[in-house]
Amino acid sequence: MADQSLNDSANDSAYQTETLIAEDIDAYLAQHQNKTLLRFITCGSVDDGKSTLIGRLLYDSKMIFEDQLAALEADSKRVGTQGQEIDFALLVDGLTAEREQGITIDVAYRFFSTEKRKFIVADTPGHEQYTRNMVTGASTADLAVILIDARKGVLVQTRRHSFLAHLVGIRHIVLAVNKMDLVGYDQSTFEHIVADYRAFAKDIGITEFTAIPLSGFKGDNITAAPSANTPWYSGPSLIDHLETVEIDNVAAQARPFRMPVQWVNRPNLDFRGFAGLITAGSVKPGDAVRIVPSGKTSTVAKIVTMGCDLVEAVAGESVTITLADEVDCSRGSVIAAADAPPESADQFEASLVWMSDEDLIPGRGYWLKLASQTVTATVAQPKYEIDVNSLEHLAAKTLKLNGIGVTEITTDKPITFEAYADSRALGGFILIDKLTNATAAAGTINFSLRRAQNVHWQALEVTREQHAAMKNQKPAVLWFTGLSGSGKSTIANVVEKKLHRMNRHTYLLDGDNVRHGLNKDLGFTETDRIENIRRVGEVARLMADAGLIVLTAFISPFRAERQMVREMLPDGEFIEVHVDTPLSVAESRDVKGLYKKARAGDLKNFTGIDSPYEEPEAPEIRIDTTAMTAEQAADIIIDRLLG
Amino acid sequence: MCPGMKSLTHLQRLEAESIHIMREVAAEATKPVMLYSIGKDSAVMLHLAKKAFYPSPPPFPLLHVDTTWKFKDMYDLRAKAAAEAGMELLVYQNPEAAERGINPFDHGPLHTDMWKTEGLKQALDLYGFDAAFGGARRDEEKSRAKERIFSFRTASHGWDPKSQRPELWNVYNTRKSKGESIRVFPISNWTELDIWQYIMAENIEIVPLYFSALRPTYEYEGGLFMADDIDRLEKVMGKKPEISMKSIRFRTLGCSPLTGAVESEAATLSEVVQEMLLTTTSERQGRVIDKDAGDGSMEKKKQEGYF
Repeated sequence: MADQSLNDSANDSAYQTETLIAEDIDAYLAQHQNKTLLRFITCGSVDDGKSTLIGRLLYDSKMIFEDQLAALEADSKRVGTQGQEIDFALLVDGLTAEREQGITIDVAYRFFSTEKRKFIVADTPGHEQYTRNMVTGASTADLAVILIDARKGVLVQTRRHSFLAHLVGIRHIVLAVNKMDLVGYDQSTFEHIVADYRAFAKDIGITEFTAIPLSGFKGDNITAAPSANTPWYSGPSLIDHLETVEIDNVAAQARPFRMPVQWVNRPNLDFRGFAGLITAGSVKPGDAVRIVPSGKTSTVAKIVTMGCDLVEAVAGESVTITLADEVDCSRGSVIAAADAPPESADQFEASLVWMSDEDLIPGRGYWLKLASQTVTATVAQPKYEIDVNSLEHLAAKTLKLNGIGVTEITTDKPITFEAYADSRALGGFILIDKLTNATAAAGTINFSLRRAQNVHWQALEVTREQHAAMKNQKPAVLWFTGLSGSGKSTIANVVEKKLHRMNRHTYLLDGDNVRHGLNKDLGFTETDRIENIRRVGEVARLMADAGLIVLTAFISPFRAERQMVREMLPDGEFIEVHVDTPLSVAESRDVKGLYKKARAGDLKNFTGIDSPYEEPEAPEIRIDTTAMTAEQAADIIIDRLLG
Repeated sequence: MCPGMKSLTHLQRLEAESIHIMREVAAEATKPVMLYSIGKDSAVMLHLAKKAFYPSPPPFPLLHVDTTWKFKDMYDLRAKAAAEAGMELLVYQNPEAAERGINPFDHGPLHTDMWKTEGLKQALDLYGFDAAFGGARRDEEKSRAKERIFSFRTASHGWDPKSQRPELWNVYNTRKSKGESIRVFPISNWTELDIWQYIMAENIEIVPLYFSALRPTYEYEGGLFMADDIDRLEKVMGKKPEISMKSIRFRTLGCSPLTGAVESEAATLSEVVQEMLLTTTSERQGRVIDKDAGDGSMEKKKQEGYF
């Protein structure tokens, strides 16, 4: 039988390896000391035979030990799907839930090696509801193996997987036309599939790919090509291709030098080293470098590692660099080639893959982490969402779990970046939900927006300190938050009257009043409420800059937005006043008759009824309105403000 | 490839990745610690930490969650390794397990549960560590193949495999809510062979028990064990075990009565690697822990808080 001879040849090479290990272990180790490392993903759906293919790779490269094989044979008979034959998929699907359901839920990492390379395989799930897992596995891969069932051809999921692989920036695509044994190793079937795929791939920007006809189950064209069953095939075997394809971090060495600083090493006053992973280019002592964002230049003094200093270091190495000059450089800075530094900007167009169960909230602040930089970022309403199956652009107000869209992002301070197409390390970022700390999205920067480059800060000659000094007071923002009817406006009014009598310069921004003018275009959806608070925060900040004591009375139900305003102001100037009134008390007061309307269903998104109120965790001042009068509350607040 | 370009070897890339992970934790965690089990994986992890922060010593202590049943050679290396790295060594023994005299002979799985799982939780809570490095590798066991490098634990130290954070590129989300802690696995992507090759290349000191020598052994429930402390064995087992001298070594090191020895003549590093490559049973088989609850037992242990 043809595949029998293939197995024999695979065993031959395994036999030679074993002979070398047995007879000259040192020669074997020397040979294996200098292997390179390729990371790849396999994508395909449950029935494409993905796990089987990986199981086969492990099996053929002798990565399965005898005890595992015995367990595998027993499991195959018990729960396998291949009758009495070995079900390789059982080797790979690790979590109990997956073994029971016969599907791959999470990314699993597998390892095998050949004479030339070590491989790390991310086995990623194929279902649409696991898009985020596939993107996760793909983010570190040099190559993607996209599986197609030869009986079925190019399917919707093939398009989805190819699109995602391309989106994540994988440069090498292998189209693995699997289960050739089930179509009689028919050449025209294979060629039809390749032609179909080529037409589609061009549309999404994939210009090159390598198509291989194979059978993971029988072993054709896995380790050696052509298999006796496909004499018409003249390309490489899967392993041959994986062993020779160019590795990304070799390509990255040709680009200008970049090292994001992770940690500053200061064991004593005489040593100041900058520790990081080189993401592009190479570096030698004496090289001119520029520190971004400060823009200062210096030269590399030493590349320090334990044992000895290096004469050169390249992309992919973790090193510690010392500089010839004392320059401002810390975690988040990027040390770059002096003549080709990366850009800094605070507005971008980016693609996002949404990874959280909670939808994107445009306008809300998220943590954005890019290399070693962490800043606050707000995301605009998406320009469009991409249907991963049809690749159509759809209008979207938000992004849901596994949604992919293009949007604008604004950060609270400039970050150092490169377009993702040029650098995964400086172009890829994650968004983190500030409340749950969950990783909410993966993003890739397309380009910075021109208005970020063209709108500059004009330096003002009369400073905020001078404004405040003339008024003989310390500016502050007293931020009243609480349920509707809790007494925010009432107390804020009393506070302002008292301050006014004390010759303080104040201004009260009231929720209802602002909605008649500045914010009359906004409604009460979550997004609009966030924008409402953002604008009020900006106005309050300007007034505080002008030296005023600002009082604001807004329900401001979300912690994230109150935090956003807090971060706009200098430390100590934001004073959060929680006007704490139980819902039942506020509802029984119902001064404006709003609770009644909300209970009747006439008023949507009403805080406390069908929209949440997130209580402050550590407000500067908490006022219990069931225990004191507005006058007493005002005195407490003024004591805290002036005391 | 352009002239002058270096193609990094797999060991260089693994090393760079591990160092990058450790530096992220040092920069972002409030109070990190390195769990040190004295085995070869711990030895490699400690060596990587020394390299990551050189010329400073690693900016965190070493923590050994002790069961009192480790081999003598392990205790000797523990003190020496910490001193050489210039790191503080913390040793924690669960006082309840000590008081109840929990041992591997009378208490079976409870021994691991009380000394290791509970002991680890207690130690982390006691010192308030918010990030703990562990030397687990993804090639060791199926459920570990799916665990993230940064693995989050609830306030009660549980692991939920279904709600792991996606981990993209090498951008790690280290933010945690109050009471949560992180287990960080910097050598996740190393295989057993990588570990051995690195030990050779970097000349890392490991416990001599990995190398074959003539040692006192006894048989217990079908396994071959080393009589590390005969008097103590007699006290716990009720009688002196029957001792015979054999040339043995260990593939993994844990508690002396739970770690099966193999008969071997491999006395040098290359002989050990040779034996490993030609051997046909996988590494953890010598350890009892994976099998005591059948299929999926490591996954279950981890959900309960085992490292």
